[in-house]
Amino acid sequence: MGPDNKLLERWHDAQIVLFGGSAGSFKILFRIIKDLPEKLGKTVILIIHRKKNFFSEIEKLFAENSRMYMREIEDKDILKTNTMYIAPANYHTLIEDGGYFSLDVSEPVWYSKPSIDVTFESAAEVYGNKCAAILLSGANQDGAGGMLKLRESGALTIAQEPADAEMPEMPRSAINLGAADYILTQDEIFKLLLS
Amino acid sequence: MDTAQGIISNAQVQELIDIVRKVHGFDFSGYTKASLKRRLTRIMLLNKFEFYDLKHVLINDVDFFQGFLEEITVNVTEMFRDPSFYKAVNTQVVPYLSTYQHVKIWSAGCSTGEEVYSMAILLNEAGLGKKSFIYGTDINTEVLREARKGIYSLRNIKSYAENYQYTGLKGSITDHFTILYDAASIHNELKQNTLFSVHNLISDTVFNEFQMISCRNVFIYFETFLQERILDLFYKSLCPLGYLCLGSKETIRSDSFKSKFKVINQKENIYQKVGT
Repeated sequence: MGPDNKLLERWHDAQIVLFGGSAGSFKILFRIIKDLPEKLGKTVILIIHRKKNFFSEIEKLFAENSRMYMREIEDKDILKTNTMYIAPANYHTLIEDGGYFSLDVSEPVWYSKPSIDVTFESAAEVYGNKCAAILLSGANQDGAGGMLKLRESGALTIAQEPADAEMPEMPRSAINLGAADYILTQDEIFKLLLS
Repeated sequence: MDTAQGIISNAQVQELIDIVRKVHGFDFSGYTKASLKRRLTRIMLLNKFEFYDLKHVLINDVDFFQGFLEEITVNVTEMFRDPSFYKAVNTQVVPYLSTYQHVKIWSAGCSTGEEVYSMAILLNEAGLGKKSFIYGTDINTEVLREARKGIYSLRNIKSYAENYQYTGLKGSITDHFTILYDAASIHNELKQNTLFSVHNLISDTVFNEFQMISCRNVFIYFETFLQERILDLFYKSLCPLGYLCLGSKETIRSDSFKSKFKVINQKENIYQKVGT
């Protein structure tokens, strides 16, 4: 079954797309960064849990394989269209009112830094219904609270179908919290992204 | 949920900034708002405060402010955070420092001292221990008290062991500490070449001349205009050809300062002062 019209419409309206991924999300994320077109017409932000001292590897691999221009976020970077940003390891990434990022080294949230919650909540505050968020496989509850804030502020929120995720805990937490507008399988997510 | 945002409005944040400036003399107006808001929300949740409760204690309870200041500024730090940075200092800055009879270093925004002692260990291993002196400053008297002690939990020190390995320094991090039960105390020879004191980057001025200034993961909390004001303070505090080290995600963007600081290491944001 393909994505319904309402979903398609909301996806096309979204200007900022946020992806949250943790354990078991690498494969799907890799496919996403490979498949998204160079000129998507949106700003893409990836928040991925990972170990702090190996940060250059995942960024390098993604940057070499993405069609969209990709950049690891630096302090006060301005959010630009057709750019894919990746939240740096060992920092939280926040979004400021003026349309730029700021970083933060404070305590981990759900044992995670970057925390998906922190960026999702910040995006909800500043961009609200201009956002679309997709929460992928993961083994903890990070992202659920932030996705609820996004949903409450009118953003499009999608959780990966837990049965279809390598680690179901993260999308399931979001679903249980009532944070997901849609629950989609990997294939359905790809159909939407490439629609 | 400890990350709740949105229970305090932008106007209320501004109101608190004004109160703190008028009543306590600390100016947070140049701080990035998203982070400030998050910290304020956290303080309200920890204390079970409504906005008006917080406003009330900030105006009427003098003792509350010290704890507030500690919570509002982020004091999370590690020893040898970003090992590749320390590696770069060792190969690109230490040779310059070693040409001096006396080496003075300023660690600005030093929090509980982990970076100061990391630098002290690095310089000592490079043979500069006897002739170098590190000043650690922060706006927070409470964290400086901790820094002066130089005593950390053994568990924390062990969690920095991996960072240490990646720096390429010999031995292990615990070699630099005296360990008693679960406390790790930095060796005296490393501690004696350090001084910790209060300095506010926003309101205080030049207090010495340095061969190297390290200010890492402080600028991330400041708006660009404030960063530039502090860059000017650093420029004036450096000796000719002195080095400035920023956090690995903090770059000098302003054109006027790009011409005053030469990039030595782009990835680690190590700069050298040019001109006088």
